[in-house]
Amino acid sequence: MRWDFASVFDNTDALLVGAAGTLRIFAICLVLGLSLGLVVGLGRYARSRWAYVPATIFVEFFRNTPVLVQILWFYFALPILLPFSISPLAAASLGISLNSAAFSAEIYRGGIQSIDRGQWDGARAIGMSWAQAMRRIILPQALKRMTPALTNRAIEIFKMSTLASAVAYVELLQQGKLIASLNFNPIEAYTAVAVIFFVFLWPLVQFTYLLERRLRRDE
Amino acid sequence: MTLLRVEGLTKRYGATDVLRGVDLDVDHGERIAILGASGSGKSTLLRCLNFMEMPDAGTVTLDGQAIGRRESELVKLRQRIGMVFQQFNLFPHMTAIGNVMEGLRTVRRFGKAKARARAETELARVGLADKAETYPAHLSGGQKQRVAIARALAMDPELLLFDEPTSALDPELVGEVLTVIRSLAEEGRTMLLVTHELGFAYHVATRVIFLADGTIHEQGTPDEVLKRPRKERTQSFLARHKEFSL
Repeated sequence: MRWDFASVFDNTDALLVGAAGTLRIFAICLVLGLSLGLVVGLGRYARSRWAYVPATIFVEFFRNTPVLVQILWFYFALPILLPFSISPLAAASLGISLNSAAFSAEIYRGGIQSIDRGQWDGARAIGMSWAQAMRRIILPQALKRMTPALTNRAIEIFKMSTLASAVAYVELLQQGKLIASLNFNPIEAYTAVAVIFFVFLWPLVQFTYLLERRLRRDE
Repeated sequence: MTLLRVEGLTKRYGATDVLRGVDLDVDHGERIAILGASGSGKSTLLRCLNFMEMPDAGTVTLDGQAIGRRESELVKLRQRIGMVFQQFNLFPHMTAIGNVMEGLRTVRRFGKAKARARAETELARVGLADKAETYPAHLSGGQKQRVAIARALAMDPELLLFDEPTSALDPELVGEVLTVIRSLAEEGRTMLLVTHELGFAYHVATRVIFLADGTIHEQGTPDEVLKRPRKERTQSFLARHKEFSL
């Protein structure tokens, strides 16, 4: 058996378009997932039932259903229930973002809870409101502790973006499938897709190690 | 003139009555040392005064103004009452001067230069001008507590609460913190101090309160309470404290 990557290189254009699609959905889901996760995580941390109960239902629902099912549901089921259609990008982004929000909410809640009660005391004693103490004192320390876990989340989101191919969103895996079916070269096409993912993710992981080291300068 | 009036302060944790109706008037310039065995409610009393703990009943009046339970009122009250903790509770992600500036910047909305100038003054007052850019992790316990005092002072508090400020310190570091607190006393600041340092209470306080079972068991001048206690429980508390002294 001979490996023939020429047939992949011939389709560099298609892979570039796929890479752009992957990066776009990654950026959307990273921002939406991690910021919605913070809101839900604060709800899970809150003492008020009005915040805690909906946040908990959200987390349990989206943690315990598969992302792929959610994406398919948003793409095929939601338009039947609602009077508008939904693009592949929107369906996949919704599924991945909501799932990531549920998982990162638990990371935020755990991180916030891990901060010593004395930090709240110190903040409140100088007259800070709950929101000021959270923003200036608690979250900065909690985020530092959460960096490794949130980094993992980001990597997961990047890889979950391939699930968007299930609704024919143009991203790397979708393009790989296309190249494989047109050129009958699944070995080369899918290997190329895997290598491209590694080339994107490995530097990202190295960067987060650097970030973690920088965050530790006050220790 | 009365600065702080406390009436009928009650606090319960589950089935335990920690405070059973404490009444206390604090005049301008008074320095009150609060003594008592562990579990007598000293820290709880202090923490109820600025509502770090929510009392179950009773009223707190500051400068003739009764304090309600709305969060906005409590936030304003805490800006007028400084508090120093046993465990310092410095913000570890900020330098010493960052800690002192934080309340000025975030709560008082000072500009950066103005907050910095004020924080430098307060750090110099506690003898730590040269540690401004140091993070708490690189400070000794005594230095941390002095930064914490500077942080409280920066807010211009009308009343200072000290909750066992030297109890977490190595013995050789206690002196530097007590020296700072004494200098504040000499400025005529009003303060309440929960402490186990009987000698310090004797020399610095204008009044000593002995708490037992969640009420004020005995109070008076340092001489009256520490040298000639009338109540039997005060006597045995002091005897236990003196057991191993030189």
